[in-house]
Amino acid sequence: MGYLSTMTLAPFIAALIIMLIPSERPGITRAVALVASVISFVLSLVVFAGYNWHQAGFQFREAYQWLPDYGITISLGVDGISAPLIILNAVVLLTGTVVSFKIADRPKEFYALFLVSVAGVFGVFASLDLFILFLAYDIAGLPMYPLIVIWGSTRKNYAALKLTLMHVAGSLFIWVGMIAIYVQAGAKSFDLEYLASQAHSLLTPGFQTIFFPVIFIGFGFLAAMWPLHTWSPDGHGAAPTAVSMVAAGVLMKLGAYGCIRVGVWLLPEGAMVWSPVFVTLGTIGAVYGGVMAIAQRDFKFVIAHSSVSHMGYVIVGISTMSLVGLNGAVLQMVSHGLMTALFFAMIGAMYDQAHTREVGIFGGLARNMPWYTGFFATACLASLGLPGLSGFIPELLIFLGAFQTYPIVGILCVATVALAATYMLRLVARAFFGPLSPRWASLHDLLPNEWFVGAFLVLSLIIVGVYPTPFLDMINASAAPVIERVGGVR
Amino acid sequence: MPNFDPATLDYILLAPQFIVTGLIFVCLALDLMVFGRGHRFIGWVAILGLGIGIGAQASLWGVRSSFAGVLRVDDYSNLFNIIFMAAGMGVVFLSFDYAERFFTQPGEFYAFLVAGVLGMGLMSQAQELLTAYIALELLGFSSYVLVSYAKTNLKSNEAGLKYIVLGSFSSAILLYGVSLLFGAVGSTMFTDIRAALGTSVATSAVAQIALVMITAGLAFKVAAVPFHMYSPDVYEGAPTPITAYLSVASKAAGFALTMRFVVMALWPVRGPVSDVIAFLAVLTMTLGNVVALRQTNIKRLMAYSSIAQAGYALIGVAAFFAAGDIAEQASRGVILQLIGYLFTTLAAFGGIIAFQVVADGRENISDLAGLSRRSPFAAFAIMSALFSLAGMPIFSGFMTKLFLFAPIARADLLWLVAIAVLNSTISLYYYLQVIRVMYSESPAGVTALNASTVAAIKAASIHHEEPVLVGASVAHGSGHAADSHGTSHGSHGAEPHGDVSPSSAGPWWRRRLTDGMEPELRFPIDPISIELGIGITLALAGMFALGLYPAPFVNLAYDASMALFAK
Repeated sequence: MGYLSTMTLAPFIAALIIMLIPSERPGITRAVALVASVISFVLSLVVFAGYNWHQAGFQFREAYQWLPDYGITISLGVDGISAPLIILNAVVLLTGTVVSFKIADRPKEFYALFLVSVAGVFGVFASLDLFILFLAYDIAGLPMYPLIVIWGSTRKNYAALKLTLMHVAGSLFIWVGMIAIYVQAGAKSFDLEYLASQAHSLLTPGFQTIFFPVIFIGFGFLAAMWPLHTWSPDGHGAAPTAVSMVAAGVLMKLGAYGCIRVGVWLLPEGAMVWSPVFVTLGTIGAVYGGVMAIAQRDFKFVIAHSSVSHMGYVIVGISTMSLVGLNGAVLQMVSHGLMTALFFAMIGAMYDQAHTREVGIFGGLARNMPWYTGFFATACLASLGLPGLSGFIPELLIFLGAFQTYPIVGILCVATVALAATYMLRLVARAFFGPLSPRWASLHDLLPNEWFVGAFLVLSLIIVGVYPTPFLDMINASAAPVIERVGGVR
Repeated sequence: MPNFDPATLDYILLAPQFIVTGLIFVCLALDLMVFGRGHRFIGWVAILGLGIGIGAQASLWGVRSSFAGVLRVDDYSNLFNIIFMAAGMGVVFLSFDYAERFFTQPGEFYAFLVAGVLGMGLMSQAQELLTAYIALELLGFSSYVLVSYAKTNLKSNEAGLKYIVLGSFSSAILLYGVSLLFGAVGSTMFTDIRAALGTSVATSAVAQIALVMITAGLAFKVAAVPFHMYSPDVYEGAPTPITAYLSVASKAAGFALTMRFVVMALWPVRGPVSDVIAFLAVLTMTLGNVVALRQTNIKRLMAYSSIAQAGYALIGVAAFFAAGDIAEQASRGVILQLIGYLFTTLAAFGGIIAFQVVADGRENISDLAGLSRRSPFAAFAIMSALFSLAGMPIFSGFMTKLFLFAPIARADLLWLVAIAVLNSTISLYYYLQVIRVMYSESPAGVTALNASTVAAIKAASIHHEEPVLVGASVAHGSGHAADSHGTSHGSHGAEPHGDVSPSSAGPWWRRRLTDGMEPELRFPIDPISIELGIGITLALAGMFALGLYPAPFVNLAYDASMALFAK
């Protein structure tokens, strides 16, 4: 067992153990979940710190026989694109586990499903085999339905159904695209490196032009690419806190990661052809999400629409086919994952006490909830791209990339930042400042576990914001070969 | 006909079938000797006998021999015989409680089940049309009896009647086709038919009409659209274990015979046959899934879902026209799909039976409300099975998609892959409705135990050995619904014991921890018998094994498909 397999299997095994713990002992369940998430977190740190970006390429390799008849091997490894995302997932796993300590209804089932989902996410980021990647991708999405239907709130049945059906609709495209790539490359192997080596021989330009959009749209569903984003506001709104954190913080990144790893990397010539189309969709998503966020009256819906906007930047960054843009897109995924996890953890802490998430009815909360206000405001500032917090650098890079290839898109994206400033600052001003309404005078500040989650995530936002160099070096080392294959702007 | 000299036949090749035949009579004889709950003993004897049969069949692995040119013993028939015996075992495991609860004379039931297993096994071995027909009728007749076995249930009787009438009708068509083909070819041996179809006989009207009729007869057996009309009614009316038996085993037997017939007899005309099958496959999976969207009865829903699943398997047969190892890989895909479907269906129906035994045979989807609270294990089994049927990962359904899609795409039928995946997306919609009812809604008519009620029961049980509320587990639908917040009727009597919620003391953050959180609802857990538990567990284990580490199953299916295509 290597680092990556242990990291991926720890939550999965913990889920199995939790299934065997009697439901009268929720304390043991929480302890097991916490231990597993700490193990995964530590291992992800080891992988991140141990990755040698001078050398680049895939490292921490592992391979296990699985289904040789169909050319499927459990082949694991990370490069500079997946290593930061693995850290992100480990952070969300740890904070999500801690923030869910409050769950009183069937905690055993909750943790089992939650851990399976997160294990699936690790599997996607660590996998170097297309089939295993896709298997893990579907494992990550599958537990969302019971998680939302059992523990969710507002319109949970509708939201869960929509999220699951749209996830599976995306899988539909990926199935077709994946099988087509497999057969076109000789039906010998699902190994990503083998498939990539065929990009300029067996995978002909005509084939790539047909199947690149199939793959990109398939993963685009989960990346909340406009107009496939509609699951996201409903899903995030209805899901319980930790599940919102995973869905917005990591699941959306799975989609974007698939777009890069399977779409751009395996089908570079198709990517070049379709670049204008997806840049356009990304820009529409960024603007549309921002405009919609202004109109929302529910905390979670504001954040969900701002997520659509931020993921629009990511799609733009990927599709500009420039090195700067791709670097920015990957760092934006990390930054956005951390900040939405913080947002949803904080909103959940509020909802538990107030039983409402309506923006307009709160006011003056800073008086009796100082910590809460501080954490929430930090997330807002990161979201609107304040220098010194994680949102600034990646957005700058994406805009630079856009200006290099599609200047108009660059201008539109910069304008979107003004939108973000509008809705975020209005949110903070309305809810936390002004006179304290007597209705909310009894609200308390954060619980110890919520405080830990908030402080942990704020610290991560600051680290990524102040010292992004290790992230950028690593991402750049692995993004450069991808852009080189495409023939994009270096 | 080859010379048929009884002295030179190698009877050991049919040892498993002799064991199963003997088992039929053992079960019948035991029925005369045991009474009441003794039927459970017969059930265990049937399981043991089928287990021995599986062992005997497995010991013939690798043999490739023809039994007087009429039956063929090779890895293909070996694997299918093992599948059928395992399916029979699984159905027996599911039948114990159901038989005890709903049948007046459960004893003979097992004998008929085992007779069906024998018929299916012979179907997979047949390489001669009349033998195939007799095997098919052996399966058919035992099924007719089994479908109408719940004598006092009108629906079961109606289903039995429908099945007999339509079943004999399809048999007649099949038999007419066989006689016409005999007229055109002059033989009923598969190999002779193959030789004749390679000549101008293939274009003669008689042969073509005969092939259409035989195809219709076989399509009836696998319930392919448009020959599926009987199946929803029959599946709904049949006793639930028999519904599982029909949708799993009987269908798999139809596929076993179909694939053998296509490969051994119809090979020269496989091009047009594949086109017809592709057409049927698209119709079958689409109609099955679309009609299933509107169902409110869980057994009827499973019937339509079973039609759709047969459609997926049919697309594998549609790739048989392609050259060399693609057809071999396609048959492997069909076999693996059937194995996966076996485990999945047994798990789903196991859960449904566990529910029905307690809930007085109810079968509406809305009756499953809150099943996850009352029978967590049954609900988990049904949920896993439904996810598997929709092709979700960890479960077998995800892997069988790969096994079917890879050869189809290699045969340039990528559009069939697209239609199949689209269908599995549609199917997820109605499966999720069932899962929602089980997991999201509260049980109707059962009182929730909240914290104070639990305390009351504990206090009461100091004096009485039997807690009062255990009786509530059988009082389904008795009028008052528990409200969703746990402040239910049971709590009124418990007030004197005081509020056990700790929200009145402690620092603010401890108060906040419990304040306003939904209290955990507890319900009395429905009992589940050991036999049913074993059956569901085995089915789930198979489902997960195929979903997480399919290599051993693939190797078995590889041997079988190589044997199918061997000269």
